[in-house]
Amino acid sequence: MNRFAYLRADDVGAAVRAVAADPSARFIAGGTNLVDLIKENVERPTRIVDITRLPLGEIGPGERGGLRIGALVKNSDLAYHPEVERRYPLLSRAILSGASAQLRNMASTGGNLMQRTRCSYFYDTTTPCNKREPGTGCAALGGFNRMHAILGASEQCIAVNPSDMSVALAALEAVVHVTGPEGDRAIAFAEFHRLPGDAPQLDTNLRQGELITAVELPALGFAEHHAYLKIRDRASYAFALVSVAAALELQGGTVTEARVALGGVAHKPWRDREAEALLVGRRVALEHFQRVADALLQGAVGRGANDFKIELARRAIVRALSHAAGRTSRDDARR
Amino acid sequence: MNDGNYNDACSRITLRVNGAAKQLDVSPWTTLLDALREQLHLTGTKKGCDHGQCGACTVLVDGRRSNSCLSLAIMRDGAEVTTIEGLAEGQALHPLQQAFIDHDAFQCGYCTPGQICSAVGLIREGRARTPDEIRELMSGNICRCGAYPQIVAAIEQAMGHEEGR
Repeated sequence: MNRFAYLRADDVGAAVRAVAADPSARFIAGGTNLVDLIKENVERPTRIVDITRLPLGEIGPGERGGLRIGALVKNSDLAYHPEVERRYPLLSRAILSGASAQLRNMASTGGNLMQRTRCSYFYDTTTPCNKREPGTGCAALGGFNRMHAILGASEQCIAVNPSDMSVALAALEAVVHVTGPEGDRAIAFAEFHRLPGDAPQLDTNLRQGELITAVELPALGFAEHHAYLKIRDRASYAFALVSVAAALELQGGTVTEARVALGGVAHKPWRDREAEALLVGRRVALEHFQRVADALLQGAVGRGANDFKIELARRAIVRALSHAAGRTSRDDARR
Repeated sequence: MNDGNYNDACSRITLRVNGAAKQLDVSPWTTLLDALREQLHLTGTKKGCDHGQCGACTVLVDGRRSNSCLSLAIMRDGAEVTTIEGLAEGQALHPLQQAFIDHDAFQCGYCTPGQICSAVGLIREGRARTPDEIRELMSGNICRCGAYPQIVAAIEQAMGHEEGR
């Protein structure tokens, strides 16, 4: 492994100052992605700042009736937290469909949001990659791009965000709390990750030295009507080809609120509020779900090996919405 | 904060490994896996893929199953680590070790220490009740010999699910 210097941070301010001062420094918490990327020579930090001893490991009430999740809460602790299971089961399901039990025991909430694409060309330092080395080109464009983006990509990068948790957080409209050299700010989940455009080396809108301190869930958790559907090559422990977080509020069979977020299809969790709005005021019916799917996938572009994802996503959206509409708390209890 | 200084030399850390305090000097980039194998000579924990994909390196850190290949030893300073060598009580095998023998739950044996440590964590977590749930929650441990049916049976036995079948 490449060598690096190590600093154990005792307080948030010192951690932020240490990384703000050095563009090649990285925060480390669970390390499940960063250590791997260092081994692969994709990340070459000269310094890492260990934040695991900072007091960011609590889950508690948020402002406005939601839940505030400390950035260091482990994925497994979050998925199995009684309040999350009861009020935000969509989030539990998404988390538990990702990685393995061992990795979930290590990986942190903040780190999950910061994990990098698993594009095989990003990992392969012998190939061009604009995300790894800006300006070198994109080997995935004409390469093996079965896993790659169908929405929101650019000619510079067709990588996808690999997170399952983030797909649920996008649907739930979580807020990411960060602190940085210029103070604290709150970032709407939709604004946290970014599309590749002509700067695919940037996965998020975080500024140098900014540290995620918490993720806040709003009060509305869609505990009654939700589904997380993940389509992948293996039954377990594989990244999504397509995943769908669907969440509905229903009153007497009529939709009053609809959220659909897609994973595995874009550089960030994909939402389209206009598409979701097509459901509001409608009865639960397959034809309406199909219209939403069509709207969400308007503009989808295949790159050859991933053409199948467009139809796969269409069907997955309809199935997830149908499942969400049919799901009741009794189903969860029976599970 | 280490006097505000970055440390790129060796650091003295303490791990409680299989019940005994061990002091060792590690570089910042030394993984827990390498520290266990190369410095403490606990070679039961295996290096398979070295990327967190196969689970052969699974150990229990503060009682929870983790991939030691993706852990930096320096970050585990003060932690309690249990490896396959620490499961038996003297000559008495851990129930999972016995169950793996009873069910012939391995062929080459390379993944077995990781499988067993992972299963100890699984049972402690208490989330798996059915064979399907065992399979799902053991998916971080790969067995290229394909002993999965026997592994699931062994874990069921150790969970005490064998009665009443």
